[in-house]
Amino acid sequence: MAVQTADTAPPAAANPVLGPAFKDALIVGLIALGLFGPLIGFETVIIDGALGLAYRPSLLAIMVGIIFFGRLLLNVTLWSPNRKPSTHTGPTLFDRAGTVMGPGVKPALLAFAVLFPAIAIFSLGGLNESRYLIDLGILILTYVMLGWGLNIVVGLAGLLDLGYVAFYAVGAYTYALLATSAPINDFFAGLFGATFWANWAFWICLPMAGIFAGVWGMILGFPVLRLRGDYLAIVTLAFGEIIRLVLINWVDFTNGGAGIASIPRATFFGIPFNAGPDGFAALFGLPFSPMHRIVFLYFVILALALLTAFVTVRLRRLPVGRAWEALREDEIACRSLGINTTTTKLSAFATGAMFGGFAGCFFAVRAGFVSPESFTFDVSAMILAIVVLGGMGSQIGVAVAAAVMMGGMEMLRNLGFLKQIFGNDFDPSLYRMLIFGFAMVAIMVWKPRGLVSTRDPTIFLKERKAVSGDLVKEGHG
Amino acid sequence: MEIFVQQLINGLTLGSIYGLIAIGYTMVFGIIGMVNFAHGDVFMVSAFIALICFLLVTTVMGITSIFLALAIVLVVAMVFTSLLNWAIERVAYRPLRGSFRLAPMISAIGMSIFLANFVQVTQGPRNKPIPPMITDVIVLMDNGSYQVTLAWKQVIIMVITAALLGGFWYLVQKTSLGRAQRACEQDRKMAALLGINVDHTISLTFVIGAALAAVAGTLYLMYYGVANFADGFVPGVKAFTAAVLGGIGSLPGAVLGGLLIGLIETFWSAYFSIEYKDVAAFSILAITLIFMPQGLLGRPEVEKV
Amino acid sequence: MATSPANGLPRWEADPILIVEHLFMRFGGLIAVNDLSFKVGRGDITALIGPNGAGKTTVFNCITGFYKPSEGRLILAHGRAPTPEEIAEVTRIGERSLVGREAGVFLLERMPDYLVSGGAKVARTFQNIRLFTGMTVLENLMVAQHNALMAASGYSLKGLFGLPGWTRAQKAATAKAEYWLDKVGLTDRADDPAGDLPYGAQRRLEIARAMCSEPILLCLDEPAAGLNPRESLELNTLLRAIRAEHGTSILLIEHDMSVVMEISDHVVVLDYGTKISDGTPEAVKNDPRVIAAYLGVDEDAVEEVEAELKLDTNPTGAGA
Repeated sequence: MAVQTADTAPPAAANPVLGPAFKDALIVGLIALGLFGPLIGFETVIIDGALGLAYRPSLLAIMVGIIFFGRLLLNVTLWSPNRKPSTHTGPTLFDRAGTVMGPGVKPALLAFAVLFPAIAIFSLGGLNESRYLIDLGILILTYVMLGWGLNIVVGLAGLLDLGYVAFYAVGAYTYALLATSAPINDFFAGLFGATFWANWAFWICLPMAGIFAGVWGMILGFPVLRLRGDYLAIVTLAFGEIIRLVLINWVDFTNGGAGIASIPRATFFGIPFNAGPDGFAALFGLPFSPMHRIVFLYFVILALALLTAFVTVRLRRLPVGRAWEALREDEIACRSLGINTTTTKLSAFATGAMFGGFAGCFFAVRAGFVSPESFTFDVSAMILAIVVLGGMGSQIGVAVAAAVMMGGMEMLRNLGFLKQIFGNDFDPSLYRMLIFGFAMVAIMVWKPRGLVSTRDPTIFLKERKAVSGDLVKEGHG
Repeated sequence: MEIFVQQLINGLTLGSIYGLIAIGYTMVFGIIGMVNFAHGDVFMVSAFIALICFLLVTTVMGITSIFLALAIVLVVAMVFTSLLNWAIERVAYRPLRGSFRLAPMISAIGMSIFLANFVQVTQGPRNKPIPPMITDVIVLMDNGSYQVTLAWKQVIIMVITAALLGGFWYLVQKTSLGRAQRACEQDRKMAALLGINVDHTISLTFVIGAALAAVAGTLYLMYYGVANFADGFVPGVKAFTAAVLGGIGSLPGAVLGGLLIGLIETFWSAYFSIEYKDVAAFSILAITLIFMPQGLLGRPEVEKV
Repeated sequence: MATSPANGLPRWEADPILIVEHLFMRFGGLIAVNDLSFKVGRGDITALIGPNGAGKTTVFNCITGFYKPSEGRLILAHGRAPTPEEIAEVTRIGERSLVGREAGVFLLERMPDYLVSGGAKVARTFQNIRLFTGMTVLENLMVAQHNALMAASGYSLKGLFGLPGWTRAQKAATAKAEYWLDKVGLTDRADDPAGDLPYGAQRRLEIARAMCSEPILLCLDEPAAGLNPRESLELNTLLRAIRAEHGTSILLIEHDMSVVMEISDHVVVLDYGTKISDGTPEAVKNDPRVIAAYLGVDEDAVEEVEAELKLDTNPTGAGA
């Protein structure tokens, strides 16, 4: 909570640093006391059925103390008036990584992603030991894919979509409902055998989930695309919430808040991962391990994410992709050049939604269970934060941002050692969203344009030059 | 008929609270053109501040007069919530002024998540109930089986809302602060050139918005007798809907929109389905923005080519 | 240049490409354009002039579909001048256009903006330049060929798989872009972001971008605004070349009288949303109503005004 107050001290040769710094820190400390006083200083507790107050003066003192001394320290060091201001401008390290080192970085990251399960297995000494890391890899890749999908809508077309989770939900429920549907199962059982649907449902439903989500993207997108930025954001948010509320309340169709369980698991193109004689392990002559399925899932999501990246890179170099970016730059100019902005926006919305649907289908098959709880606004906010932190429009930035964010969130879950400091009641996972929210604000203040802010041109005559982020607009519709 | 009148009273009460929150949205949008996503959570925090203050006043200080207690709670909640919103603007929005357009909005979303979880961490995830206060009601109609009642707390809510709006209206229309504020809405750069302290004016806008949200939070606590960390998001979106429905940027519009949303929600719950009442509110938001983006009392926008 | 030898009529009467009929545009109570009728000749450079706030840009916005006129008809003719029967027919059947083999009639007031450009082939530039600043110069010119390329890419399907038909179309489009880059002298800056160009180059790029959409009528909103005299001269050359080499008719709004008088074949003068003069540059500049409108003086003071304007080819005034 660093509150910036105007520096009144003149930059004279021998500045009395300590005095003003102390005064400023004192003011900030008092503000912190006011902000934290009620909520940290007191705790509402229920005693014998009635609400009472508990007092936490020491905690309050610690918090205010941290802020006071932190501010004092900063005032004396980093923000000291005697310190020469940094003159470094121009492209950041990440910008350079995105452009100059780009040709080398991308294959290296790709190779790492492909080899990741092997690395995990060897470094941790066994399939089962590596489960946690590979699960984390799957989670990160899911968010990489969602980030890339939303990037089409937000980063390329400049349409702020706060309801992206709706398409994730549509994809997940498409698979969950179709795969657990008894009539469909019976239908295929009659044709191809009893286990056909259980074994093939994922591969048949995957494209359908994408198509459904794309169609939903168009249905939801069509009425709202005339709206300008903030309004579009709010309406997409409203749609996302409506879909979640309908999933909760339409119990006959979706089983409501209880969700849908026992969704058929992924198969190796029709071969189930089980210990039976027709299972994956038996057919390939391997000892059975539940990890086969997990490793396979890792490669499925890797393939899906790469498909997203490939299609996006290709589309950017096609007229439709250039029209998306032109739309972000200047919608009116687009219209003056004969571009139908409604269909162009819809195509961006539908394409982004389609990838969200794929990712949703994958989510359902991985978890084997879906419920409306997985599709709250927080997920939309998380994906949006990944896109923005990555630098809107940058593939590599989004991938790095997804890894950092999801990895960071996971780490918070495992800060068990903090219990030794704060006592056994301390639950670090409670602080995940708190820190996430704070990080979102901090990232915006620190780097509003994200890690990679330069834009890579889609075509060039002589030389590919990156476009500085200052020139790239963020869209207004 | 009796049910209808009862729902009308309930709807107007709820609508008053929404209207108070909506003003915060509409003023901030008017002056810096951003949807202050965290405003709903500021409202929620204010309810907690009111709750803590209420417990302090009644249990620790032993004040028995409910009206005196309420007055103290109201003032304290307004002060602390104003300080909070002032600090939020300072930390999360001001550094982003003039930055690219999505930045403050995303910052506000982050702030909203932060506030909700801050309250969850410090006060726990459970509902915090207080014993019902001011339980007296006035029976307006009685047909033997159904009583139409007007609770005193409903009267208090409507009276306080009306009084505050009157004062607030005066502030914006007649004082130099209000003039500065309207000037900043029209053209921030020009206002600055004419000697208006724009930062100061914007800060004050946040402070006023927060103070009204704090009144709403206190009244909400008094009316429903419960506070929860998750109670910021949905009332926030509904109040934003109210601001949009009334015409964003328009103060009377925000109040009108709030009353309408309150009425729609209560009637929807009474006559259709209570499960889908939030869906109804969100749908109204979408429908308004799609078909009538200028709202009921807003000015239509002409696209500049 | 301006008169057709066949019947002695000026070309805008004999072979109009655009006919504006009784155009009204109201914003609330304000009447921005009031019963405006004029014609633009095929192959002519036509200037629309008038004092600030006369409604010129509003007329442009109506022609290019950004505003829907309150009343009036805007007829665009492809190929040849339409007969009154053809115009009556397309008006009656309620279609947006009637296109035959060698001629077509478009009613612009019925078309949304993107169709005015994409279908009726009317391109425009903007008073406050609207380039895609974050895209390179070359990309700007590629976006302008969107509709043609979109069809060539099989609505992205062919392009996604890099089929040869698409590759060929992309090459052709790049070649066209290079041609226009050369025309406006921006070949060296093709790979730079458009937002990095100096002001004059941005104006030229906007014209090149409009030309990449292959218009038959090019509408320029103050193309010389903010240019220095040398750039202004280059602009004249460019516009003449566009007309001579591509047969594109040009309609422009301009305040710079040296540009207007130098290159236009036909001048239409607006004041307070109504037409006050219409004719050759010679005729218009001697019209006392024009001079009065420009300086806001009585017609008695015309002579004095002319001296100030240095337009005096005919000191006794009253030419029209």
